[in-house]
Amino acid sequence: MPELLDKRLVFVTGKGGVGKSTISIALGLAAAARGKRTMVCEVGGQETASRVFRRAEVGFHEVEVAENLWAISIDPDQSLREYLLLQLKVRAMRDMLVRSRMFNYLAAATPGLKELVTIGKIWELAQPNRKVKKAAEYDLVIVDAPATGHGIGFLQTPRTFAGIARVGPVHAQAQELDRFITDQNTTGVAIVSLPEEMPVNESASLERSLTDEIGMAVDRVYMNGLYPERFSTSDAEQLEDALGQADGAARAAVRAALSEHRRCRSQRDQLQRLKEQVSSPVKSLPFIFKPALDVASLERLAGALV
Amino acid sequence: MATITDIVEGRGICICAGSGGVGKTTTSAALAAGLAARGQKVAVLTIDPAKRLADSLGLEELGNTPRMVDPRLFEPCGVEMKGELWAMMLDSKATFDELVRKHAPDAETRDRILENRIYRQLSNALAGSQEYMAMEKLFEIHQEGRYDFLVLDTPPSRNALDFLDAPKRLTQFIEGRGMQMFMKPTGFATKVVGRGSSMAMGMLKRITGLDLLSDLSEFFQAFSGMVDGFRERARRVSELLADPATTFVVVCGPQGEPITEAVYFHRKLVEAQLPVGGVIVNKVHYEADEEAEGEIESDLHELLDDDLAERVARNFDDYQALAERDARNVEHLQRELQPKAVIRVPYLDEDVHDLEALLKIDRYLFASEEQREELAARGAA
Repeated sequence: MPELLDKRLVFVTGKGGVGKSTISIALGLAAAARGKRTMVCEVGGQETASRVFRRAEVGFHEVEVAENLWAISIDPDQSLREYLLLQLKVRAMRDMLVRSRMFNYLAAATPGLKELVTIGKIWELAQPNRKVKKAAEYDLVIVDAPATGHGIGFLQTPRTFAGIARVGPVHAQAQELDRFITDQNTTGVAIVSLPEEMPVNESASLERSLTDEIGMAVDRVYMNGLYPERFSTSDAEQLEDALGQADGAARAAVRAALSEHRRCRSQRDQLQRLKEQVSSPVKSLPFIFKPALDVASLERLAGALV
Repeated sequence: MATITDIVEGRGICICAGSGGVGKTTTSAALAAGLAARGQKVAVLTIDPAKRLADSLGLEELGNTPRMVDPRLFEPCGVEMKGELWAMMLDSKATFDELVRKHAPDAETRDRILENRIYRQLSNALAGSQEYMAMEKLFEIHQEGRYDFLVLDTPPSRNALDFLDAPKRLTQFIEGRGMQMFMKPTGFATKVVGRGSSMAMGMLKRITGLDLLSDLSEFFQAFSGMVDGFRERARRVSELLADPATTFVVVCGPQGEPITEAVYFHRKLVEAQLPVGGVIVNKVHYEADEEAEGEIESDLHELLDDDLAERVARNFDDYQALAERDARNVEHLQRELQPKAVIRVPYLDEDVHDLEALLKIDRYLFASEEQREELAARGAA
């Protein structure tokens, strides 16, 4: 099985708030630094890339945000239109369809259709021969995928549709999407976790669902936001003793050190739990003591990712 | 300065909203436990509590109906339970099924829907269904009138606004009446809807295959008889959300992005004319007092050996930088929210996954601003 960044498509997933967007972009920077033409896709109206790179125009078009790195925010309605145009070839026909009341009913009401066309667009971006006219090929497409819960349903959509439409073009195309995302040579998954109880539990159950239910390959699990081990147990004992004698800012500083030590220990326990509970390799990422993440800190993170 | 008590005073429902990973479930549970301890009969509807938290509440089999938390569990934590705490975990598929049973005109329609392949495969994945089911369950429990206070923990979603549109989207989805007409392959439909749509129909068949269309058609037809019931229900759920007895609390983290989201979310709630009580910011790094800052290094060197003193000082710098950022962000939030409450809960040293830790959070939630500062300064965390 190829290395994570040597695949064509990588889904970055995990519980809400664990840093999926940050890691997606950092992975993108890592791949771009290796000379790969890389695309980072955001779904569901996320706009992290445009914020980090200060490029307001990242939307449903491919924008180069750094050397070798592109970004897109996938809009399901526009993806559906693009898909229809590819299917119908004639723009007038598509426009008629999109304008028809019935079609809009159907598009809004059909459960899972938005997810399906979103994955369809991701697939299109990852193809060596792009379907969209004059579009350039990417070596790697990284998807900042929806949070767990929604995430599994999202990745299951192609198979669900392939099952419902037993024959016909939707069946064939949904099956092709499913084949592509479950092909372990082309598509990989990185799960992002945090050193806390719930994210660790969810990462473990997410890994099981992805491998057992969907049949995808989970390449690695990132343990994000790990504090550095700044104080040893004997340091902590000294600090406990000093706490009684300290006052003012020094007391606050000693207390902050003790907090750091306690959190650090509880984080190491969670890291241990994660390693026991998942079968993919776990890679730890440092907590970044920065008020806000900028491109420089993302580049630092990119170095730790691979 | 307002506190959580001001927010919930005289209300019957508190909806905790916010994006994923900000501690909504913990906050909801802490709020419910606090109100119960103070004498009310409270039910908390949660989505997916940490197993250890559920276990520590003695609710290993948290089900789709509320169960009472044993009041004796609070004793070892030094809390006297004057009221009752009930908890349930929302099962959105089961709630959806219940709703279908309730609204189906007859047994045949009910079975047709429950057994429909599209319904079965997609009732979970349906956009907004989890969000809507959470509110549906809230409405149902509210109707029963067995509790003084209800706390709803909304589902984790990237877009905290999803659940606002959920009733509308759900109604849209089952508005099968229009659909049904188009779905019939020949005859009436063609005459009524005209040539444009029948051409569109033809194109759709080419793209999707007839099979999918006929399955969808059956799905929508089965649902069409229930549209009125669903719509009426959705209307009443919306009314309950806007009721003066309901209050929304936005839960967020102290970093820039969650704060921006909370501000945005607060605005949207206000625009939707929903009653917002305030914002709870979790995991805040508190700033230490400014005084005596110059002496900190020498003080530390007196207390500790040089190497350790250096490391403590460096760690403190990092910590202070985060505390300053948090203070700036909270201040920005406070300006946006004036005069509503912004309640800060400090970043505790340990993960919150048992009752004791939950009750620690509770102390901050129910403290006045001065008490909170004092608690944080004393390092009660």
